[in-house]
Amino acid sequence: MDFANSEAAAGPQAGDALPASARSAVKVVVVGGFGVGKTTLVGAVSEIRPLTTEETMTQAGAGVDSLVGAEHKTETTVAMDFGRISIDERLVLYLFGTPGQERFWFLWKGLFEGALGAVVLIDTRRLEISFSVVNRLEERGVPFVIAVNNFPDSPCHPMSDIRAALDLPDHVPMVTCDARDRSSSRDVLMALMRYLHSLTTAPRSDSD
Amino acid sequence: MSGGDPPRYQGQGKGQGIEGGPERLYVVTAGRDRAAEPVPLDLVTLIVSRGKPARGMQPEHAAILRMCTRPLSLVEISAYTGLPASTVSVLLTDLVDGGQVETRAPVPAAELPDPKLLEAVMDGLRKL
Ligand SMILES: Nc1nc2c(ncn2[C@@H]2O[C@H](COP(=O)(O)OP(=O)(O)OP(=O)(O)O)[C@@H](O)[C@H]2O)c(=O)[nH]1
Ligand SMILES: [Mg+2]
Repeated sequence: MDFANSEAAAGPQAGDALPASARSAVKVVVVGGFGVGKTTLVGAVSEIRPLTTEETMTQAGAGVDSLVGAEHKTETTVAMDFGRISIDERLVLYLFGTPGQERFWFLWKGLFEGALGAVVLIDTRRLEISFSVVNRLEERGVPFVIAVNNFPDSPCHPMSDIRAALDLPDHVPMVTCDARDRSSSRDVLMALMRYLHSLTTAPRSDSD
Repeated sequence: MSGGDPPRYQGQGKGQGIEGGPERLYVVTAGRDRAAEPVPLDLVTLIVSRGKPARGMQPEHAAILRMCTRPLSLVEISAYTGLPASTVSVLLTDLVDGGQVETRAPVPAAELPDPKLLEAVMDGLRKL
């Protein structure tokens, strides 16, 4: 990379800089299948134009015998979008929109570690993708809410059917949203925060 | 809760204005001995330059110092430099070791986040 000549290395424009008083940040991760509206949701609420970060992922090839070793490892560069919301003069919220390829979500080091929680965006045209992610988040103890994105050609399923299909516990909130709409996307984040807040005040009864 | 003496966000509504010294709200990483364990940098650790780039400095280091005159997260530095987040993390560790940047750790992961923190986030979101 011709780093020295890269115009991108200039950093944020004046309007995109955080105040000097910014002390600390928190993060929320938006997961969901290909084209479900993750980038759109991040962009709808972000105070900066969504940015892209990259990471190189090393993956063992499919079905590889671990004894065979390194020659089957593949390196892939994966991109992730993110946006930012200044909560107050001191606190900043970062929102990460995962790449569509699900296999990378949990390989990305430091993405879920320390995250307040996650939003699982769901496209009712392709519910299958959501099964494993719901399980993985539960395993990792990452609290999440489900946001059902309404596309014009989406079949109209009652929420209770989606909950049953995903085998979601009753306490996990479900909301509908239009990711293109700022207030609708904001309401998804509010639902997550309210849920997290409820967990702090009334510890849930884990029945699994 | 895990480990040590993590910085805690105390939220608002306790009558602590900015003048009251935001430093008091957090145990910041300043004062950490340079020779001590490496600072674990999160994607959203905020970085602030302590000064201007020195002559002859590695261009990546200099670029980071220039863009962090105001706080900037590791992941934003990655986006603006076009370097992978893990590479930026290594570069930042050099700068931290050299005392050229200050780090502001994210609110630490607790099993359950502080309700005050969540209330502050909700207040902020309402203003969107
Ligand atoms: N009708 C409707 N269209 C949407 C909604 N959200 C996103 N879209 C459209 O769906 C398309 C894909 O949205 P993206 O935000 O790029 O989806 P993504 O999840 O980031 O996609 P990948 O990163 O490729 O996985 C865009 O053309 C959006 O305008 C929604 O809530 N309703
Ligand atoms: Mg996207």
